[in-house]
Amino acid sequence: MNPPNPAVARATVTVSAGAGYNFAYLDEGTKRMIRRAILKAIAIPGYQVPFAAREMPMPYGWGTGGVQVTAAILGAADVLKVIDQGADDTTNAVSIRRFFTATAGIATTTRTAEATVIQTRHRIPEAPLAEGQVLVYQVPIPEPLRFLEPRETETRQLHALAEYGLMHVKLYEDIARHGHIATTYAYPVEVAGRYVMDPSPTPKFDNPKMDDCPALQLFGAGREKRIYAIPPYTRVRSLDFEDHPFRVQRFDRPCALCGAEDVYLDEVVLDDAGGRMFVCSDTDHCETRLGETRLAETRLADGHTGEAA
Amino acid sequence: MAPTLAHGFADPVHAGQAVFRAAMEALSRPGRIRPLVTALVPPAPLTPELAALALALTDADTPVWLDAPLRADPAVAGFLRFHTGAPLVANPGGAAFALIADPARCPPFTDFAPGTPAYPDASATLILAVDTLSDADGRDFAEQACARQVFAGPGIRGTAPFAAGPLPADWTARWAANHAGFPLGIDCLFVAPGRLAGLPRSARPVDAETVPGSDGSAGSEALPCTSR
Repeated sequence: MNPPNPAVARATVTVSAGAGYNFAYLDEGTKRMIRRAILKAIAIPGYQVPFAAREMPMPYGWGTGGVQVTAAILGAADVLKVIDQGADDTTNAVSIRRFFTATAGIATTTRTAEATVIQTRHRIPEAPLAEGQVLVYQVPIPEPLRFLEPRETETRQLHALAEYGLMHVKLYEDIARHGHIATTYAYPVEVAGRYVMDPSPTPKFDNPKMDDCPALQLFGAGREKRIYAIPPYTRVRSLDFEDHPFRVQRFDRPCALCGAEDVYLDEVVLDDAGGRMFVCSDTDHCETRLGETRLAETRLADGHTGEAA
Repeated sequence: MAPTLAHGFADPVHAGQAVFRAAMEALSRPGRIRPLVTALVPPAPLTPELAALALALTDADTPVWLDAPLRADPAVAGFLRFHTGAPLVANPGGAAFALIADPARCPPFTDFAPGTPAYPDASATLILAVDTLSDADGRDFAEQACARQVFAGPGIRGTAPFAAGPLPADWTARWAANHAGFPLGIDCLFVAPGRLAGLPRSARPVDAETVPGSDGSAGSEALPCTSR
């Protein structure tokens, strides 16, 4: 390596796709601040690290926390996927994907397997995540105890003391009223045996996917100004009782489009006469399966069975 | 002739992002070594990797503590002050980041901020420039004093053997005490030429005897701390 020659001007101007913006919108000082919060969040799994969330060019509730986390980790070589309730084609997902295409000029995809960074609102993709992928959650209310104890000073103390009796009382009251734990989304989890964490309003169907996941999971709450994380291969346990063990919801039918079972389904109202269908909430999973089915049908029609003669 | 100031990142945006992603991967997969490539040529004894992490992570909001060899040459402080704007503090307890060029004489962990029970994130990150690093692949050992341990915990599938050197003789005891204080504690990033590894406070040292080759290489015998 040659020593730098001070006579040579080395200033390289970073030009991003969106002229006038820094790469991925945020300024470098903000990115550093968010990055430091992410590093501490990884070192203390499940602990909510306060950070100085910025105003973003989108309203709170549209994923300002997730967007800031994504902007801080994103590099020019990353491939971004954004999902909203599992779908790649809804308003929130489309607008965030376009935001990063415009400000960072990065590649985007709808394929889970091809993405290096996946920003999600309220679902975890059905396809298993891999090492090297980062899942960024948009979180509205990061504090799992907030609806039980409104004071931040108190909830912070409860986390410091690992005093989570309140949460168990809440789940117990579910059982007393309904005969079972009636919490179906934002179902509280215990991370690495220490902090109780809100997995964001994902259906509890997705909770088992957080456990021992090969991908890094980052959570950003913009309005509440908190970042937290689950490192890869971390024990994530959904809170429950010995006599009322944690169970995910099951559907009594497969996806009406691709026939997938053991996936999370959305109910789609078809008409005013009570017609409805249940389809995969994960649009990429559904399309991938439909594509495979079509491919197989084409091969059969062409006489190719995939077997060597 | 007046000494000239060494360059910072040629492309601060993307170089900073690449160094951060390496640090993020290192801390989220403790004990696994990954490449850290930088073109920086900072004033010695500040290594290029130490400088890269300092430029990527520190700024006016983060007090930085330098160990004795780094303090000895004012060019190091000048380089860091100019490129990061970080206040350099004399008291390690007040530092968010500590840059350590002589890891064998790393001060006791108790000298650094461990955070508070309410805010465990208000804790120090130590960046140590070591000579040798070794992970599950067991490469690159010198005859230096290596602190060799097997870790488990968040970010680790099964167990992960990890060694770095030179480190103080009581390093394993220090780390055990650091982990025992979880969620309080300090986090470490280790840099060697071209390489980086991390140990967050969540990394739990496991007795190598109790995990006899759980993944075929976890036993301490698989990691000879000798020259090849």
